[in-house]
Amino acid sequence: MNEHILLPEGSIEKQTTTLNLGPTHPATHGVFQNILELDGERILKSTSTVGYIHRAFEKIAERRPLYQITPLTDRLNYCSSPINNMGWHITCEKLLNVKIPKRVDYLRVIIMELSRISDHLICNSIVGVDSGAYSGFLYLMQYRELIYEIYEEICGSRLTTTIGRIGGFERNFTPAAFQKLEKFLKEYPKTLKEFENLFTRNRIFMDRTIGCGPISAERALNYGFTGPNLRAAGVDYDVRIHTPYSSYEDFDFVIPVGTTGDCYDRFLVRNEEMWQSLSIIEQAFQKVQEFKGADAEVFHADSPAYYLPEKKDVYTKMEALIYHFKIVMGETEMPAGEVYSSVEGANGELGFYLISDGGRTPYRLHFRRPCFIYYQAFEELVKGGMLSDAIITMSSLNLIAGEMDA
Amino acid sequence: MVLTNETIQLKLTEKFPDQLTDWLEPYGMLTFTAPKDLNLKVLQFLYNDAELRFQFLTDLQAVHYPDNKGAELAVVYHLHNLVDNVRIRFKIFVDIDKADVFSATALYRSANHMERETYDFFGVNFIGHPNLIRILNVEEMDYFPMRKQYPVEDQSRIDKDDEMFGR
Repeated sequence: MNEHILLPEGSIEKQTTTLNLGPTHPATHGVFQNILELDGERILKSTSTVGYIHRAFEKIAERRPLYQITPLTDRLNYCSSPINNMGWHITCEKLLNVKIPKRVDYLRVIIMELSRISDHLICNSIVGVDSGAYSGFLYLMQYRELIYEIYEEICGSRLTTTIGRIGGFERNFTPAAFQKLEKFLKEYPKTLKEFENLFTRNRIFMDRTIGCGPISAERALNYGFTGPNLRAAGVDYDVRIHTPYSSYEDFDFVIPVGTTGDCYDRFLVRNEEMWQSLSIIEQAFQKVQEFKGADAEVFHADSPAYYLPEKKDVYTKMEALIYHFKIVMGETEMPAGEVYSSVEGANGELGFYLISDGGRTPYRLHFRRPCFIYYQAFEELVKGGMLSDAIITMSSLNLIAGEMDA
Repeated sequence: MVLTNETIQLKLTEKFPDQLTDWLEPYGMLTFTAPKDLNLKVLQFLYNDAELRFQFLTDLQAVHYPDNKGAELAVVYHLHNLVDNVRIRFKIFVDIDKADVFSATALYRSANHMERETYDFFGVNFIGHPNLIRILNVEEMDYFPMRKQYPVEDQSRIDKDDEMFGR
């Protein structure tokens, strides 16, 4: 419990007011709590509490075979679960030494960048909502719907996707998926431009966000910031560039950076990242179409021990039946070893630290959840600011309760 | 100049002769073990050295090895040199009954939540941490759930055979 802070002589109130922001306040966009000590509308102290939706994923993972952990990763950052899924598959493939074909890499890049867009568009339009502009949110939301339709076409589900498998995808992308992707690539830039026109040079929006919740580059690094929040502070750290995975080295894109690390810079960085993602998707789409003949049908790696065989093979081929049984029953032993692998999640470096002792399940699995780490800075970011600035800061940090609590 | 794993190992062995052990490179990441009371000194050296510059704490967590008597808990640090883009990992092993480890919060603000999480799940007592209380679990909890003696499933179940269903 917080202690009230006594206010100086001559103040209207004798002591500060305690305000519980959350755990179920609509403005927190998730289940976490902030206990604020307010002098009028100014925040003197804030104490953050997390853990309201802790689901013990790391413990559960210790008793599950690798492919059953994929649905757990969905529920980390649920605004961009495909990135989590891919990050997990890439970690497993690193441990199991599975070589991934180029086409699969490019398809994965398409999916990951789509989910980066869907995450950023939610975050940015929510910043709009919290600063008083609701229409941008509703306008962009229909494009998240388009993205979700693409997911649906590929894997059958929308929010918690469990997309792909260790070694590739469960099936090839259908022509309908590519059509939907083309539609999205054609329509979204126009809308994003309009969204930017609505906000970027909008006087009200600028006054609300410039100088709100700023952080310097050194502080941000010390606080363990990664992702757009770190780049808004002026550090050009991006896992896609620093440790390329899934053939990101084949793509040409720019890392946008800000200077002050305030809400406005975070907003601009995310907007620019959406443009970059669009360009990456276009490049990947082109590269995918360049595959001809048998190469154009490749959608998974050739690793029968870990990749579930096709159903018709299970009925007709002995090996396929054995592998099917072993994979489904979780009887595949994995090599012993420890691996840390990370991907650039929508809000920072999403790392997986997997230790295997040669058994069927991980000995220990740890998720490096970016927003769990940078949320510590929140208390410092909002101190001395107004209550309404705290709301904007919270939404522009892109805090996702599911990721924070694992 | 490129900072290679060999250079890092050389510099560290020069600074801490015969104290760092178990040099490995699983999947390309340099890994070593330090004595438990040296963890801050190693971190400080890695942070301040003009060539090493491991100034970003990527991750911090613990692992429980119940069979490793006297050194059951491993605290694992993942550090990143963002300038040269090199990652390293180092571990310290502590006795589970007196799991006292120096806190890295003075060096890295980011260690605050991570150490609280490690305390919450493994019971590692970080000395010098400003606010070492449970973070994800309820305050009333009186055990450390990620330790291996607490299995996920009810072990009294007999319809599931461990032979068949993994660990």
